[in-house]
This record gives sequence, structure tokens and C-alpha cells, in this order.
Amino acid sequence: MPLLDVRNLSVDFKTSNGQFRAVDRVDVQVDVGDVLAIVGESGSGKSVSMLAVMGLLPWTASITADSMRFDGLDLATAEPRQRRAIIGKDVAMIFQEPMSSLNPCFTVGFQLREALKAHLPLSRRERQRRAVELLEQVGLPEPERRLNAFPHQLSGGMCQRVMIAMAIACKPKLLIADEPTTALDVTIQAQILELLLELQKNTGMALVLITHDMGVVAETARRVSVQYAGQKVEEQEVQALFANPHHPYTSALLAALPERATTRRLPSIPGVVPGQFDRPAGCLFSPRCAFADDRCRQVNPAMAAAELGHARCHYPLIQGIPQREVS
Amino acid sequence: MLSFMLRRLGTFIPTFIGVSIVSFLFIRLLPGDPILLMAGERGMSDERYAQLMTQFGFDKPLLTQYWDYITGILRGDLGISFKTKRPVWDEFFALFPATLELSLCAIVFAVLLGIPSGIIAAVNRGKWPDQMLMSTALVGYSMPIFWWALLLIILFSGLLGWTPVSGRISLMYFFPTESGFMLIDSLRSGQSGAFASAVQHLILPTIVLGTIPLAVIARQTRSAMLEVLSEDYVRTARAKGLSPLRVNGLHALRNALIPVITVIGLSVGTLMAGAILTETIFSWPGIGKWMVEGIGSRDYTAVQGGLLMIAVIVMVVNLVVDVLYGLINPKIRR
Repeated sequence: MPLLDVRNLSVDFKTSNGQFRAVDRVDVQVDVGDVLAIVGESGSGKSVSMLAVMGLLPWTASITADSMRFDGLDLATAEPRQRRAIIGKDVAMIFQEPMSSLNPCFTVGFQLREALKAHLPLSRRERQRRAVELLEQVGLPEPERRLNAFPHQLSGGMCQRVMIAMAIACKPKLLIADEPTTALDVTIQAQILELLLELQKNTGMALVLITHDMGVVAETARRVSVQYAGQKVEEQEVQALFANPHHPYTSALLAALPERATTRRLPSIPGVVPGQFDRPAGCLFSPRCAFADDRCRQVNPAMAAAELGHARCHYPLIQGIPQREVS
Repeated sequence: MLSFMLRRLGTFIPTFIGVSIVSFLFIRLLPGDPILLMAGERGMSDERYAQLMTQFGFDKPLLTQYWDYITGILRGDLGISFKTKRPVWDEFFALFPATLELSLCAIVFAVLLGIPSGIIAAVNRGKWPDQMLMSTALVGYSMPIFWWALLLIILFSGLLGWTPVSGRISLMYFFPTESGFMLIDSLRSGQSGAFASAVQHLILPTIVLGTIPLAVIARQTRSAMLEVLSEDYVRTARAKGLSPLRVNGLHALRNALIPVITVIGLSVGTLMAGAILTETIFSWPGIGKWMVEGIGSRDYTAVQGGLLMIAVIVMVVNLVVDVLYGLINPKIRR
């Protein structure tokens, strides 16, 4: 049984213009010790589905799912108290903006010890010692001194290290990292990713990495789930995905990687992600797809078989060639 | 921190001078001659009038009068009250504890009810607790103080007979004033029932005086909380699995407190203004009532001295608020 098992998850936001579907019938499975990357551009619902798992969505969101289980607990029906006992302990999350994710009014030490206090029966002195240990573990120099620092006295990279220390404080079984490097300098990005992977290897926790950076995916993940406009369009093992993408969107994303460019100008995907009011009737990617025909524009495609990466496409690609006769 | 406080003190001096000019001019701009008022209906001879004018220094040019006044202040001398012939300084501090006691009770009442109401409203935004609390706050804010006081007196003193109508303590009790605070003095006196009587006398004036600050604090807390609740660090606190009480009451509230203590500081000024009405209605022997009487009898020294002292108190409170900013949010400390 997977550690995290989410089936048919949809998230709708109440807006002043009516309902907006941010996540559309998405499945997520994460096994113990797995590393899953969720990729997609901004607004593809990749963060929202994970925030739904954590129960961190604002009050305007409504969540429906066939099943949302973590480590045997049904998150959809659990009491808030039961849920809080797991959140922050067995499943933890770090966010995109490390500087604003730490509370400016409290010291780093206070926020770190608080995470320990919430879930573990440790004495004050043990918490202090563990806090120092955690900062060492995430590679912050002079941990004792850093504990007394306020977040605004630290750099973005240091703040993200503190966030990671806080997230792994209670040795979680699953760590969700929501674009952990987006707000950081390029040199720091690599360090933070390395740290996350090292921690994953050493502790054996599962890692969900939300990103829009295909380069990051190639370096880190074992499995990749590609999201587009709130839908999961494809999921494959990382090597297989890079070698043989089955969904035209994945294929176009990979073609846009600078490393793969063969022409002087980088290839790009024409058009933009559909918004609340211009969602196409058929396949959501059809207006931008190089292979779309009338059927694509009118009929919403179902998911293809596992060997075709569950691609949500009428004509999944094999080695870049659409399989017109498959269905 | 020290240089921050010194800089704040630096802005104190021009404000102080401005306030002294305004308070000095204000009472002199009012029509009415204090010396004629002193004489009463029978009037007085021209010689006596001229003599009194010289005695009080009203024959000198305005600028000289102001100079005498301001140099007096620097020596700690606010002048002699025309009416009572006692130093204004002594008069003020004899009555000030009564006002301070009432104002403190009112602000504590307003803060203890206002901040939780604001938090509850913000956390339940758009739902019935929010709507109920905020419309109540609006009613409280819009209610004229004197009318609200009369309503409460009619209900609790008149119909129900639960609270006394006026004064600070029942006439049954007598003890010397030591601190000037009735709650403390009545406890110290050891007379049974004295403290309870002092509390009873405080209830209605406290509610009346605290209502407007309560409404302002509740609304300010709500809007500050709403802003803070959507911050990333509040999400982080929730992601740790902390209880809603800790997330809202500690992580969010501490960040929302800056605008809230600003309005608390500012409402000290409102309290002083409100005290004038409240003290008059409840016959509360404080500086509000004293000032109203001073204005009535054109007691120049008493009114200008009283205004200046109140202004200084408001300034000091807001200085304290400025220092509190840095304590609450270390990011503001420089």
C-alpha cells in the first residue's frame, strides 16, 4: 500500500466570478522512500493538490476526492485534531518563499523548538539540543548562535535551511517541497537540492518535489508526474519520461530545454495555459498542441494505459509519433 | 534602541512647545472675562478691576504673558488657579488618580474584549460571528457617549438597581486617600464592603468610557488579523500541526498587534476627551469634570495647565507605543 494515496482529487476555489477548478481529478501515489517530482507551469495546480493533502488551503477552497489516505489515516474524514497530530510530524512541507515563510516576530530557535514541542515528548533541554543538531544537519554554521537570530537577520538560503530543519524535526515519513529553490540564487539552488536529496537518502523518507524546472527533475526524481491546467497529463519513471514522453505537452516541455535545443532559437510552446474563462471543451492542451485534430478539440481524453504513462491524450506519442490508430 | 528613543524624545520638544501655545491661546480666545466672572453679578469698580488685571498679569502683552507661563512650566510651576487659589499642579494631581483609575479600567476593558472579538471575527470572516461582532462594534462606535451612559443608568441603576448612579464609593465608607486610587485605598482601609462598593461604582463609567475604544480595537484587530492570516508564516505555523489557538493567538496575533497597539495608544487621547463627558455624567471627581468647571469659570491657569498635562500624557503614551513596536516586532528595531 502506498504511503500517500490520493485518488480523483479535485479542488475548486470560490471566486467572485464563480467556481474555479484548480485541480481536476488528479491521482497521486507516493511509496515509502519514493522521490516523486510534480512538474508543471505556474497555475497548473501542482502546489494546490499538495496543500490540499496538508489541509492548508484557504477557506475559499472546496476539496473532493475518492480517497485521500496517508499512512493508513483517511485525511478526508479525519477529525482536525487527528490530522494535526500527523501534519508536521509524519508529513511535513517546505515552501517557495523561505524569507516570508518564517515568522518575523520569533527567533529561529523558538520556531524550531516549537515544531519539536508540538509532537515529541522532549524536555526543554532535549529540545534545545535537538534544535542545534538539526541546524547542523542542514548545514548551518554556528548553530547555537543562529538559534537566537531572527529570520530577517538570515539570507534566503539560510532561511530555507531553517525551514528544512523545521520540516525534518520530527523525522517525517514524507516531505513535500513546494518549489524550494525558486526564490533562491542559482548557486544556492543546487546546494539546497543536494541537501534535500542527501536527507532523503539518509533518513529514507519519501520526497515530493514540486517544481517547474525540468533540469531539477532530471537530477533528483525517481518518478515524474506532469500537470497541466489542473490535470495530471502523464506519469512515468524519470529516465523513461526523458527518453520517451507520451503526452505532447511533456514532449514540448522537454523540447524547450536549452540542453536539447538544436536550433539557434529555443523552441517554445505557443499560447498560454487556459484560464477560468477560456477552458476548451475537449483536451485542455488542444489549442497549443501540434498534433491536435477535431476530436481533441471536442472530446475530453481519458487516461491511457500505464505503459503509455497514463497520458491524458487521444493519440499518445511513442518516440515522438502520435498513435492515431490506438483508440 | 537608545538612539531610537533619543530621536523620539527630540520630536517631543517642538510638539510640547506647539501644545503649550495652543493651550495658552485656546482659553484666551473664548469670550468672557475671568475677572468680571470672579466679581459676580454685582460687578466691581474700575480701580479694583485694574488692580486685579495687574495682579494676574493680564495687563501685559500676550507675548510676555506666554513667556511668563512657559518659564513657569520649566520651573515646574503651572500657576495658581483663579478659583481655588491653589497651585494648578496640586489640583491636577489631586484629581488625576481618579481619572487615571477610570481610564485604565476602560482601556483594560476595551483591550480584553476588543482583541479577542477581533480575532474571532477575522477567523470566522463572513460567517455569523464576524457579522454579529462587527455590527455590534459599529453600533458601539456610533453611539453618543452621553446617551449610552443614560441608557445604562436607566437600565442598571434605575430598573434593576444593580449599580449606583454616581460617585466613586458609597458614602457609608470613609477613609483617608493614600494612593488616590479608590480600588487600592478601599482595599487598604480594611473596611468590609468598601472594595465591592468601589468596584460597583466603577462598572458603568468603565463600560461607557471603554465602548468607543472597544469598537475601534475590535475592528482594527479584525482587519490586521485578516491581513496577517494570509501570510506565508501563518501557513507554516499550520503546517507544523499547531492548534488553531496557537496559530491565531500567537503566530498571527503578534504580527497583527502593531496597528492594534497604535490605536490603543491613540485612544488614550479619546479616553481623556471622553472622560470629560463620562465624569460629568457620573459625577466622577476627576480632571475631566475639573476642566469643564474650569472652562465655565474662565479659570485660565487651570484650563491651560490641565490641557498641557493631558497633552503630555498622550505624548508619553504614544512614545511608549513607539518603543513597544520594536519589542513586538524585532524587524522594526533599528
